[in-house]
Amino acid sequence: MAKTLILKELSKKEILLSSGHRMCAGCGAPTVVKMVLLATDYPVIASNATGCLEVSSCISDYTAWKIPWIHNAFENAAATISGVEAMYRSLKKQGKIQEEIKFIAFGGDGGTYDIGLQSLSGAMERGHDMIYICYDNGAYMNTGIQRSSATPMGANTTTRPAGSVIPGKTEPRKNLTKIMAAHNIPYAAQASPSHWKDLMKKVQKAHEIKGPKFLNIISPCNRGWRSRTDDSILLSRLAVDTCYWPLYEVENGVTKITFTPKEKKPVVDFLKPQGRFRHLFTPENEWIIKKIQEDIDREWKLLQKEELLFST
Amino acid sequence: MKLKGWKEVTPGAVILDAGNAVEFKTGSWRAFRPVWNEENCIQCLFCWLYCPDMAIKVKDGKMAGFDYDYCKGCGICALECPGKKGNKAIVMVEEGK
Amino acid sequence: MAKIVAVTGNEAVANALRQINPDVCAAYPITPQTELMQRFSSFVSNDKVKTELILVESEHSAMSACVGAAAAGGRVATATSSQGLALMWEILFIASGLRLPIVMPVVNRSLSAPLNIHCDHSDAMGARDSGWIQLWSENAQEAYDNTIQAFRIAENMDIRLPAMICYDGFIIGHSIACIEYLDDEAVRNFAGEYQTLYPLLDVKNPVSYGPLILPDYYMEYKKAQDEAASKVANVVLDVAREFEKISGRTYGLFETYRLDDADIGLVILNSAAGTSKDVVDEFRDKGIKAGLFKPRLFRPFPYEQAGETLKHLQAICVLDRADAFGGSYGPLFLEIATSLYPYREKPILINKIYGLGGRDYLPEHAELALNELINITKTGQVRTVKEYIGVRE
Repeated sequence: MAKTLILKELSKKEILLSSGHRMCAGCGAPTVVKMVLLATDYPVIASNATGCLEVSSCISDYTAWKIPWIHNAFENAAATISGVEAMYRSLKKQGKIQEEIKFIAFGGDGGTYDIGLQSLSGAMERGHDMIYICYDNGAYMNTGIQRSSATPMGANTTTRPAGSVIPGKTEPRKNLTKIMAAHNIPYAAQASPSHWKDLMKKVQKAHEIKGPKFLNIISPCNRGWRSRTDDSILLSRLAVDTCYWPLYEVENGVTKITFTPKEKKPVVDFLKPQGRFRHLFTPENEWIIKKIQEDIDREWKLLQKEELLFST
Repeated sequence: MKLKGWKEVTPGAVILDAGNAVEFKTGSWRAFRPVWNEENCIQCLFCWLYCPDMAIKVKDGKMAGFDYDYCKGCGICALECPGKKGNKAIVMVEEGK
Repeated sequence: MAKIVAVTGNEAVANALRQINPDVCAAYPITPQTELMQRFSSFVSNDKVKTELILVESEHSAMSACVGAAAAGGRVATATSSQGLALMWEILFIASGLRLPIVMPVVNRSLSAPLNIHCDHSDAMGARDSGWIQLWSENAQEAYDNTIQAFRIAENMDIRLPAMICYDGFIIGHSIACIEYLDDEAVRNFAGEYQTLYPLLDVKNPVSYGPLILPDYYMEYKKAQDEAASKVANVVLDVAREFEKISGRTYGLFETYRLDDADIGLVILNSAAGTSKDVVDEFRDKGIKAGLFKPRLFRPFPYEQAGETLKHLQAICVLDRADAFGGSYGPLFLEIATSLYPYREKPILINKIYGLGGRDYLPEHAELALNELINITKTGQVRTVKEYIGVRE
């Protein structure tokens, strides 16, 4: 069901996340969700881990969701959608449902990389026909910017503040996309709302693949990142251009970089607009920026090598 | 708004009215409002695409203004707007001015 | 055609699940439940059921998947014990809060630490305030019958609450007993078609499950849940009446054994009640008016009915297979004490903790309890309210 991605045509579609949600001004998450839902015409049912997206989109008597949606708990978005998908398969097998329905689990990095990792891994391993979409804003934002394993090294968070003896997070971040690819699922990819066509293409591609799929989408948070309310798309673009957040996909084990920046920017371009990295721009902490750059460069080289492994 | 009693609430707090969040107008949140300079608009629809609050009105594939009931004044539309020849089609203006 | 078979408790409950034929089941192994789901799995592999079986990676995910499946709109079951029940604890409250009629046999086993795989009631007792209906079963026949009835009770449109069926691990779960199976059609007709309520899979009518609720509304939802739970006892009785028509077996909120004219009584759950009934008979033969009260519906606890039934006794020994330790009493004791609270004239109550971690409950323990009750009625003195029995000094 591949659709041509032309904004004019897309703009005529109903957006299945309504206005009136409570996410902060300039939040990356609702834009990510909007793009994900616009990309397809299939009916979609979603589960959602506890977090910013969940509490802000469904609170009290109000829901911004125009699709069937379930929030269960923090760590089990994947397990919950597994249950929904299993019921669908059961009822379809019994002839009680005919239509084609797609299943998506939404989770923040907290509910995906950390507490939700087991449930995600289990669902992927069992082969449920679903897409797990992580909107990665790099910390437990909903509870006030606490570090997660997705937080970049050097970042100032409330549980690992940049202080006089500890300069923010000292561990590098987990590469969850690679962990998911290592599950040998048919499709794992990274996307960014700044590169909307790439994002939507990946969503469409994922819907056409049968089995478990994983999409990791960067989702800037101006509160946690201490950035301006208007630069979430700009920052996600910089994330891609500095190769901090490379856009690639691993389809049946074959790695393909889906976007190569014309000019790979130095990581400071990404770090400078964010207040959470402000403390790194001092002589005693510049080694951290250097380390961040080294890690990015190494990962990018590795990714390019992986791609070469499979190119004809 | 009158709050419901325990006999009127839906079992399990399931919300049956999909998308009723529109009843909650977030426009009061903003400190800046976007203003459209139509002459600079190239109808790229990036503003519609990137708006986190679905507050850009589009009619027949063309930008048709802002939904000030929900616009939180984040300014993404203004920043992302390519404009014409360096002139933005959207500028942020302080509320109350 | 009803069939007499010699099967283990786990096998019997697995067969009950087969006959109910749920749409989705989740399974994760844990002793002493494992055999139950293994048997059920073989039904799945041999096309004896239509069930989609999700072999999850933890009990937490088992209950999470059950919540998703039940919200999606269909009949759902899982089973667990002990640590598994403890692990899914947070989701139990979510299942009942979302008002999803999930059914779960719980094969009672003690909780760590120390690690122990044998029977006691600490697992299900630990979950007693999770909003789940709890039916307790003395033997394999009751476990089988309760499992079948649980679906009707949970799915009742006035109720819509999840239900667990408790029966003793190993003692009942693994022991072979003689029980009567109903035939497949009788069970199928009894369970009936599953009625959906706000199913996620009805994509034309999208619903949202699990909103964030603030102090302005949370209590209203809980009051509504409380109201629904208050109707459970009557539904349990209605379902039992219907079940009697197809099985010939009578069930109520509890079972009384030679209690009507008794002076002293034991209150005890599950398999140890069986042992105790034999001892009651022995005492009766000696001319002592002993009786027994065995709760079946433990949550919501039928305080009024229990109080009415027990108030005429002079002394009661409540035997608990779980404890709250220290100055606290066992969970069953607290319920019985509460049932009798409204009466000015009430029986003297004592509490004995027995059988923890699979420690055998023997006839001599029931004798000990009954003899102590006789002493109490004679002297009016209570030696000690709470005591552990069957433990080495």
